[in-house]
Amino acid sequence: MDPTDIARWQFAITTVYHFLFVPITIGLSAIIAGYEITWLRTGNDQWLRLTKFFGKLFLINFAIGVVTGIVQEFQFGMNWSDYSRFVGDVFGAPLAVEGLLAFFLESTFLGLWIFGWDRLPARLHAACMVLVHLGTLFSAYFILAANSWMQNPVGFAYNPDTGRAEMNDFAAVLLNKVQLVTFPHVVLAAYMTGAAFVVGVAMWQLGRRSSDGDRPMYRLAVRTGAAIVLASGIGVAITGDFQGKIMTDVQPMKMAAAEALYDTEAPADFSLFTLGTLDGEKETFSVTVPGLLSFLATGDTQGEVKGINDLRAQYEKTYGQDPGAAYYSEDGYTPVIPVTYWTFRLMIGLGVLASVIAAWILWITRAGRSPAGRRTVWVAMALPFLPLFANSFGWIFTELGRQPWAVFGLMTTDRAVSPGVSTGEVLTSLIVLTAVYGVLAVIEVRLLLTYIARGADPLPEPTSDVDEPGNDRPLAFAY
Amino acid sequence: MELTTVWFMLIAVLWIGYFALEGFDFGVGLLLPVLARNDTERRVMINTIGPVWDGNEVWLLVAGGATFAAFPEWYATLFSGFYLPLLLILVALIVRGVAFEYRAKRDDDQWRSRWDVAIFVGSLVPSVLWGVAFANILRGVPIDSDLEYVGGFFNLLNPYALLGGVMTLLLFLTHGALFIALKTDGEIRHRARALALPVGAAAAVAAVLFLGWTQLETGTVGSAVAFLGAAAALLAGLAVTVRGREGWAFVGTFVAIALGVAGLFLALFPDVMPTSLATGTSLTTTNAAATAYTLRIMTVVAVIFTPLVLAYQGWTYWVFRKRIATHHIPAAVGAGR
Repeated sequence: MDPTDIARWQFAITTVYHFLFVPITIGLSAIIAGYEITWLRTGNDQWLRLTKFFGKLFLINFAIGVVTGIVQEFQFGMNWSDYSRFVGDVFGAPLAVEGLLAFFLESTFLGLWIFGWDRLPARLHAACMVLVHLGTLFSAYFILAANSWMQNPVGFAYNPDTGRAEMNDFAAVLLNKVQLVTFPHVVLAAYMTGAAFVVGVAMWQLGRRSSDGDRPMYRLAVRTGAAIVLASGIGVAITGDFQGKIMTDVQPMKMAAAEALYDTEAPADFSLFTLGTLDGEKETFSVTVPGLLSFLATGDTQGEVKGINDLRAQYEKTYGQDPGAAYYSEDGYTPVIPVTYWTFRLMIGLGVLASVIAAWILWITRAGRSPAGRRTVWVAMALPFLPLFANSFGWIFTELGRQPWAVFGLMTTDRAVSPGVSTGEVLTSLIVLTAVYGVLAVIEVRLLLTYIARGADPLPEPTSDVDEPGNDRPLAFAY
Repeated sequence: MELTTVWFMLIAVLWIGYFALEGFDFGVGLLLPVLARNDTERRVMINTIGPVWDGNEVWLLVAGGATFAAFPEWYATLFSGFYLPLLLILVALIVRGVAFEYRAKRDDDQWRSRWDVAIFVGSLVPSVLWGVAFANILRGVPIDSDLEYVGGFFNLLNPYALLGGVMTLLLFLTHGALFIALKTDGEIRHRARALALPVGAAAAVAAVLFLGWTQLETGTVGSAVAFLGAAAALLAGLAVTVRGREGWAFVGTFVAIALGVAGLFLALFPDVMPTSLATGTSLTTTNAAATAYTLRIMTVVAVIFTPLVLAYQGWTYWVFRKRIATHHIPAAVGAGR
């Protein structure tokens, strides 16, 4: 294998892994802040117990999310140094701002939240989790602005003297039209994921308790979680629809690749699934919805959608097809079609399924009902995995659909890699990080299951809210 | 002043913040098997840094991000050039961060002792390697005329760089011991204070050797002043340790690390990564820099938000100002196996 492939595998593995923890962090921090504020407003201790219960699970998840985030920042320079040289003037700024605005906020106020139960007044304590959530949103905004620039580079000029992209409009980078739809899409999907986690965990607890006093509390968690899954699921669909149209505009090849549409069609159908090779050579069997691809791409069921063959010819004309040309790619500017085709469907399908299940759970738990039959519990426990994997498929689609470009229209991926780093070095890094991540995943999942199974702890004996002078009691929370 | 100079200084400030802050939490991790006699004492030590270590580590992330934005060529050459040391640091920081969070999650001695190893090794590796890395940056490494690092891994292991690693290790140990002395009560506080003196003396020797060597090779008037200030602060810190003034002693090592790092950056300027090759090209604040536009934007952001960050991070230290002793540690709450 050549270093580019290994570096790509490493980026894919570390990024998809990191993004298992990120949406849970974004979603759960909002939900926990909501629970704590509700407790303050109502004085109902059920909300406090839910705050603390999901707070523990949040921290188990956050620990891995934060440490795997460090790799993300380092590997641009380590594995993709030519990319970093080329885009640093534009791409580095949102990363630096992310650190200054988001990472400090998240880590500092999370430390205060964890250890501050007996040190801070109750309102201030709840405000800490609100600030943690705000930090996650800032973080999402700036890193997605950086990624959106790779999909649709704006606010820059190429400088032939320095051989790099140079920023001339930071506002344009932050308000990139791709970014404006990607940010709500990703954040709403994160709310879905965090809320689905809450539903799964709480429903499991409902299933284990045939008749005890904690049932109403877990039912509250199931209901609030399912409502958030459904509401944000609808939002994800709406923003996703906007994204499709913008994608067709700025990256038409990605839209064609999403459908494996080889010939330009008007109207274009959307296939729910296809049996066959998807290489455009042989006849395939598929179940299609007439005009749906036209609608997704253009907003009109009769609209024309450009096919891969036409787009390839167009890209070759624009970017050249000479092996010596700066943008030459063996694949002719076409991503790996089966990957884009199936990840696009899995993303949408899992997201829709999660929303439907959430609606069903809201229905069966209406008006004081709290069913917890075996089947209900199993379905609810499967729920968190649907948006979680839909996120992964969405990212794989977005990133592989951009190939062969690292920065669309400006730099191909095989020119982005570090020229001075040897195959052995990248391979070592890939193996070491994958092994460490694998071990951590096993530890993390086992720990999560232990703490989920324990359920919400009863509240300790009440003590005064604020730390008083001369108070020498044990810490409310300690590592 | 040139914006590139401003950003060189800001990046120096970020590294100063990183080493002066995470330096003591590395030290606490390193001293875990030395100072604590039982699990409760280990928990006392870990809880002194519990609320703050993650915020301390963010200084590194921001230093990395700021280098990417302000000096893309420096970021690219440094991170791809120092590949294996950075990979080791990454793995160390990963297991160390998880260890703090997970250690208390099971009431199981074997589980805890494994995470204790992770905390120790995870603190040891970066404590040494950051010193090695910075020494190599100052010494100069093989960088060709395309600004690519062309040396291998073993190029980074030379006496000067290893001395740098020993110095950062000893400084962080001293810094950590004084932090424990300042933040705990009871026997462990006395043990920490007693240990700070010999370790601090060794750190002073290593610092004089390494900083002196640096001064002879690449020093300027500015770096000489900073190094002398660092030495004075370290010695003053150790002197007041003898008299039991833990707060001032910690201020001493804090200032010593801050001035030491400042001196290294002064000795480096205007290079950011000099080449050791006759035919190579050194990276400087000019040829590695981003455009004036990007630097201006970043300056505005930094001017607004850095004071805010300093304010709330400082406030955290105020909230958790109390000393911790063994009787403050609640019973192990983690689930059994």
